[in-house]
Amino acid sequence: MQDLGIRVLFIGNNMQRLLLGLWETVQISLIAVILSIFLGIILGMAMTVKNPALRAVTKVYLEVMRIMPQLVMLFIVFFGLTKAFGINLSGRVSAVIVFTLWGTAEMGDLVRGALISIPPHQYESGAALAMTKLQVYIYVVIPQTVRRLIPLAINLTTRMIKTTTLVVLIGVVEVLKVGQQIIEANRYTYPSAAFWIYAAIFALYFLVCWPISLVARRLERKWQFGGDAK
Amino acid sequence: MDFGFITTHTSAYIKAAGLTLRLGLWGILLSLIIGLFCCMVSYYKVPVLRRICAVYIELSRNTPLLVQLFFLYFGLPKLGVVISAEVCAIIGLSFLGGSYMAEAFRSGLDSVERVQLESGLSLGLTSAQVMYFVTLPQALSSSIPALVANVIFLIKETSVFSAVALADLMFVAKDLIGMHYKTNEALVMLVVAYAIILLPISIAAALLERRVRRAGFGN
Amino acid sequence: MSETVKLLELQNIEKSFGDLEVLKSLSLDVNKGEVLVVIGPSGCGKSTLLRCINGLEPIQSGKIKLDGEEITAPGIKWSKVRQKIGMVFQSYELFPHKTVLDNIILSPLKVQKRNKADAVKDALALLDRVGLLDKKDAYPRQLSGGQKQRVAIIRSLIMEPEIMLFDEVTAALDPETVREVLDVMLELARSGMTMIIVTHEMQFARAVADRVIFLDEGEIVEEAEPEAFFEKPKSDRASRFLNIFNFNEKK
Repeated sequence: MQDLGIRVLFIGNNMQRLLLGLWETVQISLIAVILSIFLGIILGMAMTVKNPALRAVTKVYLEVMRIMPQLVMLFIVFFGLTKAFGINLSGRVSAVIVFTLWGTAEMGDLVRGALISIPPHQYESGAALAMTKLQVYIYVVIPQTVRRLIPLAINLTTRMIKTTTLVVLIGVVEVLKVGQQIIEANRYTYPSAAFWIYAAIFALYFLVCWPISLVARRLERKWQFGGDAK
Repeated sequence: MDFGFITTHTSAYIKAAGLTLRLGLWGILLSLIIGLFCCMVSYYKVPVLRRICAVYIELSRNTPLLVQLFFLYFGLPKLGVVISAEVCAIIGLSFLGGSYMAEAFRSGLDSVERVQLESGLSLGLTSAQVMYFVTLPQALSSSIPALVANVIFLIKETSVFSAVALADLMFVAKDLIGMHYKTNEALVMLVVAYAIILLPISIAAALLERRVRRAGFGN
Repeated sequence: MSETVKLLELQNIEKSFGDLEVLKSLSLDVNKGEVLVVIGPSGCGKSTLLRCINGLEPIQSGKIKLDGEEITAPGIKWSKVRQKIGMVFQSYELFPHKTVLDNIILSPLKVQKRNKADAVKDALALLDRVGLLDKKDAYPRQLSGGQKQRVAIIRSLIMEPEIMLFDEVTAALDPETVREVLDVMLELARSGMTMIIVTHEMQFARAVADRVIFLDEGEIVEEAEPEAFFEKPKSDRASRFLNIFNFNEKK
């Protein structure tokens, strides 16, 4: 059958290149996630402030991020900003910007949800113990919020890793692009390479994302917080 | 902003939107069927199928749609299996969507309390009748918010279809940018197109969620 | 009550949840037309007993016979048996997505395959009997607890069961609505229905019961006629339990 084809995965440094390509995607995701966590926490707290203008702005921001497909935003940043401001953003940088914006919105919403789901009497009992508002935040609210957030943040990371593949469509050399290059290079020696390469990429993504999602699930169960499971 | 350009090319966008919606709707429909099937299989603990569905769900949730499409469209032909781009798109979308719908149905089913089933059984209804008359109606209405959220998600996912040479919205936009350098106009129309498709659904979702919560089924 | 016919026979019922023994070799007979009240402390197995009778809980050993037929034998279709045993739950468990009328006629139509017009006629008659005819098109969420419970009773009653089981049906109700439900049950008892009632309403128990059994830790500790039981309980445990409900000592 196609038993010759699978060898293309193992000749030369093909596997290595594929993995590097995947690492490219993961890198972008990780940077975006870390930035998103910080900015998201700030955004989340901002969303609980009772200023109507602030509420409106953040709400619009969230809705835009929710409705627009990530690829559209990549296009806007990569093609549009370049045109609009004359700056030449690389695909990578565009990706980090877009995914950070998206991630911040998601994290912000998660943080807001976690903050408002803490029963008000937690704040009150902290105050009753004569703690200042800041102390209540640090010792009562934040530890509980963090517990709720971690599984959700991990879940966001997986989603981000999956979505970052889109950067291939704005020319970033990630795993799919590397795959295409390998297939092209081996067009005559391994004509059926495409099948094996893409199957391998499929498997690689699975091997990266699945363990992460298992960890998230176990943490969620361990810290058993009733409420929404997305 | 070149409005003349916009008006001339609106029809291209409309056609592309039509394609996106058509493929998207097929994908959503099949996702619902697959999702319901997996959910039932899991609920009734059907021996072999249950494992298969579980594996399917893990595979589907942990791999990107783009990769699935590449495999279907570029990879399978090497094995002699040639599928048209449109069918690839639908298969890919359904494969992805099925697992999300299964999860939505599952949480809906879980939300129906055990005592409800027992009261149905106590009236002499068979298990199947309880499922059909008591459990499923309640489970389905509980699932609706999640199902609609999935619909929105899947329509957003359709933006990758251009990768398999389909003339969808992204394709048209890229084409216009590349050919005519009218980046701003092309992008504005792109955003508007997606907004027109997704905003109504999003608003409907929010309204539905509020309605279901208010209806507050419960004794 | 000319002749006593054994309707339900429980023989040496043993029920455990894992390692926890809930019912210990319990035997009980219920006669046709009899109203049996089961009382006892929480966790004594009262609810479990009812759930075993209608098959919601499997028993580990023992036999249950209804009308002389063993319903715990293998191969018995519970959906058939349950048509003869009605059960009313503490949480009413009306189907929220159906109107009151639809709740009531669902089973007669789908299980007993009765004619729709007849079923509706019976349903309306029963609704009238409990004073809820005007609620026939309402949804459960629009009813009060007491109203829902009365509908729940009718929903079981329309199946024409031979025996009805009541699992603490007034425990979740506001005091004002408790009475309307108890009145329905009293009327049912007077009309000759065989009933097993698990309740904490002692005065009601006294009024409605033909026989009272006191259950503690999965065993029948005492069994007597209501007057005898409530005035002079024979066992220590029963006395202590009944004392919970008495405020005889002044502060």
